[in-house]
Amino acid sequence: MIGLSGAASVVGIGATEFSKDSGRSELRLAAEAVRAALADAGLGPSDVDGLVTFSMDANAEIAVARELGVPRLRFFGQIGYGGGAACATVGHAAMAVATGLADVVVCYRAFNERSGHRFGRMAAGATAAPTSGGIDNGWQYPVGLATPAATVAMFAQRYLHEFGATSEDFGRVAVAMRRHAATNPRAWFHGRPITLAEHQASRWIVEPLHLLDCCQESDGAVAVVVTGTERARDLPHPPAVIAAAAQGSGADQFTMTSYYRDDLTGLPELGVVAAQLWAQAGIGPGDVQVGMLYDHFTPFVLVQLEELGFCGRGEARHLIADGGIELGGVLPVNPHGGQLGEAYIHGMNGLAEGVRQIRGSSVNQVADVRNVVVTAGTGVPTSGLVLTAG
Amino acid sequence: MSAGVAPAPVDAPDAARRIEETARRLVEAGDCAPRPARDPVNEPMINNWTEALGDANPAYPGQAPPAMVQVWTMGGLHGRRAADDPLGAMSAVLDEAGFTSVVATDCAQTYARVLRPGERLAIRSRLTGVAGPKRTALGEGWFVTTVSTWTVDDEPVAEMMFRILKFRPPPPPEPPREVPRPQVNRDTAYFWEGTAVGELRIQRCGGCGALRHPPGPMCPRCGATRPGYVVASGRGEVYSFVVHHHPPLPGRRAPFVVALVELEEGVRVLGELRGVEPGAVRVGLPVEVGLDRIDDELVLPAWRPR
Ligand SMILES: [Zn+2]
Repeated sequence: MIGLSGAASVVGIGATEFSKDSGRSELRLAAEAVRAALADAGLGPSDVDGLVTFSMDANAEIAVARELGVPRLRFFGQIGYGGGAACATVGHAAMAVATGLADVVVCYRAFNERSGHRFGRMAAGATAAPTSGGIDNGWQYPVGLATPAATVAMFAQRYLHEFGATSEDFGRVAVAMRRHAATNPRAWFHGRPITLAEHQASRWIVEPLHLLDCCQESDGAVAVVVTGTERARDLPHPPAVIAAAAQGSGADQFTMTSYYRDDLTGLPELGVVAAQLWAQAGIGPGDVQVGMLYDHFTPFVLVQLEELGFCGRGEARHLIADGGIELGGVLPVNPHGGQLGEAYIHGMNGLAEGVRQIRGSSVNQVADVRNVVVTAGTGVPTSGLVLTAG
Repeated sequence: MSAGVAPAPVDAPDAARRIEETARRLVEAGDCAPRPARDPVNEPMINNWTEALGDANPAYPGQAPPAMVQVWTMGGLHGRRAADDPLGAMSAVLDEAGFTSVVATDCAQTYARVLRPGERLAIRSRLTGVAGPKRTALGEGWFVTTVSTWTVDDEPVAEMMFRILKFRPPPPPEPPREVPRPQVNRDTAYFWEGTAVGELRIQRCGGCGALRHPPGPMCPRCGATRPGYVVASGRGEVYSFVVHHHPPLPGRRAPFVVALVELEEGVRVLGELRGVEPGAVRVGLPVEVGLDRIDDELVLPAWRPR
């Protein structure tokens, strides 16, 4: 155990319903999810002294604190790079708790990503900001590579070329996620599994990605509560101990367009995360019972399996063949249905499912879960966690 | 016979022959049937006309101003061109051939005698010539000349030579292409200045000579902050590519291809790949740079097969 490992735990999870039109403001969604997570943890707003969110979140920490009636905040922050922030919110919270800067930190993400601003469209003004990010976008948006799907498709095409994989290998990820979602009442695609043939027949979005390679767009919010593991043992649920928390950025890193590295088949930023996770937690891929892998687009699920060491480079298609990542497979991935099946809440709903798997309370519970690995947005500077049964 | 000239669709190469044939037939057919005026020459109309023009000549309205001759045989608000009108028949053939716009170029009238209230006029017309195709400032077109004769009880009282230009309207200007504009700063200006003058430029470190794209202010290899550039050969291969279908993007028509091209110099650059069917694009396809001029201020890197 080094430094952070084991010092803090996730003790509460909360969420709104997942929909296509919440009918409520994003701030209200955030406040509802945070309140639900606190209730789940057996805590109240006056216990909270830290809040962490995504820099993309529209709800400032102070606004959420106002709605909750949090009397004082000692720690707050926003983490960048889109969905890459998901696990880092908990990582930062754990650091604050471990160092005594805060006692109870709530991490949240709330948006009307379907009924409001949709990420699947071209981001207006992406090249306008006089920032390094605005400059970076200038190599991409003007020439017509202008949506998240397109940026992933560029990577996926090269992956197919290098490893002889096919669109069906991507499709098996979608089939697995939809199978899991089918038995999860919270999932948008509850009761609606798909076949590989349906995946193949779905329309092109950006070749080589079909519609069913792309996650849905959702309205909703998720919050999780982090506190010290000692205190956690007095709270209602068994703690999901944060055995490891890490962020990662690789050489020549860009946001979604790290196309200029020697190799375009891996996710080196996740490699940076993975090495830290295994070292901090003192475990390896073989010790993990459930993978909560960020699935905004299917191809990166394959690459994550490789970067995390569940299989060799280019071999993920063999791992996912014959239901390898489905319930009952060698490594069940996203038993809740992932973002492809449950909802797209920027990775935070996967994090919450990881906690349920540790607690043993998921509707699609995997047996004897000891360690869960959780990842965050792919193609961007990212983050990860290992959650362990305490 | 001119009534029977029904224009058939013609191919562009046949257009001139078809026009000339029609013109010859119409010229040979001569005058169309006389068309009587709706009303006789009358004082109220003369008064309206002279009043509007400010002509206080005391001879009016006892007689009609000669220049009013065309007024007496106008078709009215709902008037229709007679089926055998040669100008109508000729225009239809020219329209078919794409010469759809019209402008009057010449009009000369000759008056044989004065017209007085109560006289009933008729008008008949013939085609006298069609000349073209001519290049004009308005566009390529044909000059069509007709002569119309006004009569009272078969007595010619006035004549008009009328010439129009039937021309092919220029294509409407391409709507401006709206694409997101790159942010340009001190570190990247050389690149966009390069595309504007037809060069694909690659940043080259002034310290160690390393090539780099996308560029930046400090060389990650040697730390120098003296970037220059070289002009790329423009040749490379598709390293990866996508075919964009959805959602619609401003300034582009789906499906279109965006390629990540690895240049001979070893760096990769993104750009639209044009001039090839999306289904024919492969990793490794040899390409060369073909710049995409959006407007006077923005030229994007783009590719075409080589
Ligand atoms: Zn250098």
